[in-house]
Amino acid sequence: MAISLIPANIKMKGQKVSTEGGNKVVKGSILVKRGFAHMQKHGVIMDVTNVEQAQIAEEAGAVAVMVLDKLPYDVRKAGGVARTAGVKTIQDIMNAVSIPIMAKCRIGHYSEAKMLETCGVDMIDESEVLTPADEENHIWKWEFTTPFVNGAKNLGEALRRIEEGASMIRTKGEPGTGNVAEAVNHIKKMNKEIRLVKAAYLDNDYQEIIKLAREYKVSMEVALEVGRLGRLPIVNFAAGGITTPADASFLMKLGCDGVFVGSGIFKSEDPSSRAKAIVLATTFYDNEKEVLEAQKMVDEKKSLIGLDTKNLDLRMQERGPSV
Amino acid sequence: MTPILKVGILSIQGDIEENSNAIKESFEELEIEGTIIYMKDLRDLDEIDGLIIPGGESTVIGMLLFLQGVQTDLLRKKIQDGLPILGTCAGLIMLSNRAYDKTIGETRQELLKVLDVTIERNAFGRQHESFESELDIPYLGERRFNGVFIRGPAITEIGNNVEIIAKYNNKIVAVRQNNILGTSFHPELANDNRFHTNLTKLMVEYNKSKKRT
Repeated sequence: MAISLIPANIKMKGQKVSTEGGNKVVKGSILVKRGFAHMQKHGVIMDVTNVEQAQIAEEAGAVAVMVLDKLPYDVRKAGGVARTAGVKTIQDIMNAVSIPIMAKCRIGHYSEAKMLETCGVDMIDESEVLTPADEENHIWKWEFTTPFVNGAKNLGEALRRIEEGASMIRTKGEPGTGNVAEAVNHIKKMNKEIRLVKAAYLDNDYQEIIKLAREYKVSMEVALEVGRLGRLPIVNFAAGGITTPADASFLMKLGCDGVFVGSGIFKSEDPSSRAKAIVLATTFYDNEKEVLEAQKMVDEKKSLIGLDTKNLDLRMQERGPSV
Repeated sequence: MTPILKVGILSIQGDIEENSNAIKESFEELEIEGTIIYMKDLRDLDEIDGLIIPGGESTVIGMLLFLQGVQTDLLRKKIQDGLPILGTCAGLIMLSNRAYDKTIGETRQELLKVLDVTIERNAFGRQHESFESELDIPYLGERRFNGVFIRGPAITEIGNNVEIIAKYNNKIVAVRQNNILGTSFHPELANDNRFHTNLTKLMVEYNKSKKRT
């Protein structure tokens, strides 16, 4: 099997079956939704707030753009409530670039998500960068034809989002800080926990697997799938604080399938060359010379200065429902 | 003795691992010894008996591939001289002569221009219009093939040497031009390796002819 189809037997309102020209057609199936995420692999998804930035991103080699009203760094500065981007901004960007468009909605905000789906965005990010709208529940994502990406700090969170219908995971990191430390933390934690499940699976120790599943508050079915695959059943990108080509290379080496860059590009003073450099460092992450060449394309004096993740007023990674 | 075939997978961006799994399974089915070379650049071009350009974003794959400069001319020459190649979705776009986007029109992207077709990108719409549908493909045999279309392109014009191998709702979605196979959909996601198996068969022939010369 090319793509994991676990959990099986989920009742999916988002899957639409119809007949077109005598052919049976299925839209919004697990395969089609997860398949979209698989096409993003080894690529860089860039946060943008307007058409000009989206065009710079596309030209630099972004696989997709993520549309926001404010970059995470500015969300921190502005305070108040952060909501989904303006519809006009999203539509203008859709008409300006050929690569996929993603947009963020508030955690649990079903109507913002439905609005984004109707608007036609290619993927919805249920994101802690925006102010959560529901402290109890995430969105039940199986009801959507459009695929979702969700953040996670550890294996349990990732698998719970997958059970709710997420088609892609990203590490939460600490967005808008220019500090990659928390993203590194999260992917290492996830890798460590996956190793535990895989070891139990290889030993045929089902008692241990169900114990881990209970600890992570997930079903036995998804825990077994992690054991079988030795990785998350869906695509996993790094996100939160990536600022330089070396940051991107580091996270790829830790096993991420690709990277999101939020404030790191368009809050720097050299966005165009930096965007291209991060793309190069993501593709050639395991080639030290290429990463050096990419790093030469950015000027450290022009990097987002960033914030210490220890003394933040707002820890975005902690927001939203705990289960 | 069966030859050790070497298949290159252009490994810049996209669903590289899924194509790798499909071709490995094809080697097993045909009981052929084969290895995979993951190619981020073109330095191993002389080594390979066939090439796969995976699905992904054609603008990204194109931009990074054409950083290779003159090497891309060598790749083009190899394909014109018979190197078997399979391009799926973004890979099909990379092989084509010309591409334009359904919404934004002409895309100023770099293409290999070895397959005599014109491509309409995102021809079936955005992601929420992406779909699966069983296709009749006589080239693969009687059993239908599950076409997985993800923001898929369609072929709008073809040259004289191009054979249509699949259509969906009157749109051309798979073609063959001698040693070149191109699909709008993703055979690597179909759990059915017949495209990859046919590529492997072309590679065996190519490998034999290489030895003769």
